[in-house]
Amino acid sequence: MGLWARLDDVSVRYGPKIVMQNLTLDVVEGAITCIIGLSGAGKSTILRLLNGLKKPDSGRVFVKGREITKMRERELIELRGTIGFAFQFSALFDSLTIGENVALPLREHTKMRDEEILKLVTETLDSVGLAHVLDRFPSELSGGMVKRAGFARAVVTNPQAVLYDEPTTGLDPIITHVLTDTIVKLRERLNGTAVVVSHDLESIYMMADYIAMLFEGAIVAYGTVDEIRRSPNPIVQQFLQGSEVGPIPI
Amino acid sequence: MKVFDEVGRGTINAFAYAGGVAELLTDSLRFIVALRIRVRETLDQAYLLGVQSWAIVLLTSLFTGMVISLESAAQFASYGVSNLVGGAVAFSAARELGPMLSAVVVAGRTGAAIAAELGSMVVTEQIEALLSLGLSPTRMLVVPRLVALVVMLPLLTVLAVIVSILGGMWVANIYAHISTESFITSARQALPFEDVLRGLFKSIVFAVIIAIIGAYQGLQTRGGAAGVGKSTTGAVVTSIILIFIFNFALSYILFGHS
Repeated sequence: MGLWARLDDVSVRYGPKIVMQNLTLDVVEGAITCIIGLSGAGKSTILRLLNGLKKPDSGRVFVKGREITKMRERELIELRGTIGFAFQFSALFDSLTIGENVALPLREHTKMRDEEILKLVTETLDSVGLAHVLDRFPSELSGGMVKRAGFARAVVTNPQAVLYDEPTTGLDPIITHVLTDTIVKLRERLNGTAVVVSHDLESIYMMADYIAMLFEGAIVAYGTVDEIRRSPNPIVQQFLQGSEVGPIPI
Repeated sequence: MKVFDEVGRGTINAFAYAGGVAELLTDSLRFIVALRIRVRETLDQAYLLGVQSWAIVLLTSLFTGMVISLESAAQFASYGVSNLVGGAVAFSAARELGPMLSAVVVAGRTGAAIAAELGSMVVTEQIEALLSLGLSPTRMLVVPRLVALVVMLPLLTVLAVIVSILGGMWVANIYAHISTESFITSARQALPFEDVLRGLFKSIVFAVIIAIIGAYQGLQTRGGAAGVGKSTTGAVVTSIILIFIFNFALSYILFGHS
């Protein structure tokens, strides 16, 4: 399989704090790549680098072979139209209903008629089990439903890739299972690429084709689920076992 | 040395702020000129930011008109020219108090609301969500608020001017026994129609200040709830200071020779 994206020797800092230093990561096309790492390690920053919401301080980011670090805002807007983004807290617009939230990218970027938009929005919401909440506002839904509505908005334009930021954080095991299943099904439906940032190892083992572990600004391990689980790297093992003892400082 | 550091940093921040505000205004004007305005959102904002401010504008301008009339009637009567009270009230209401007062009241209510709403959207990632959907926050959020305020603030100013004059007329009649006819004649003589238009021009400038400063402060929010609070306060304080500065400059330019 080819590459969907590549972070090449990327460094990022927030003020004096170095978040990434000379990080290189390949994202395989058509696969689900999960990024794991400690809180504050810069996992979400990787997602923002991939859709151009954040520019690296140095290094290059390629998506589908095109270097996006040099793109102008207009080109980035075009690029973002091909990449869905499901935010950690869903980031649905509170003043819009769920249906209006999901319809927004279609209304703004396509010339589809109202009936066509309604049909597509209903189908997309149905694919995440939410067709019945079309006219409700985000504040009227449970955490799991809001997450799924966020997924629906991210995939309604049939993007070539979807980026998920902590999709299961803070949810009960049943909803976590439902969301993990939804991510897998959406990837199959779109036949595209998915990048998932998560701490939830159970869920990652269920969906990941590849796992990358981020530690101290670099990728310290990369491989399939089995390769990562059998990794001899003590950092990876300490993280997977949730142990206090090991090279990761507490 | 620390003092120089502070002064240097403050100067850089002030220029960065001015540059950011200018960039946001230019971006917004680009969308407006290209007629890329979201009509429904603009109408909603006109209602929320403008129509819902009428009561507070009415009350503040009514009492201000009344107090000007009260003070000037006493003074003018002592010089035997109480027939000029109408002119004094109308003159100050149309040229200064109407535009200023409504702008300050709207800055406190609406500027704060814009900063708080956009600030909350920043901290809940809704602004990033817009960007990730390939949508411009300036077009989606700033332009509707800017257009709504530019339309609504002059209308509120007209209301403020009329109510101030009516309040002043009532007090002049009750307190100094100045007839309505005399009050209106004096007001019409003292206040050319062009001055009313110049006052309304001021209110358009004030509307731009309130909307752009509120939006800029909101979009610059960092941190959680505390950040939103800071942005909101910053929006109101900065808008009011700029309204006073621009009011002086505009009065000098528009009325300097009359």
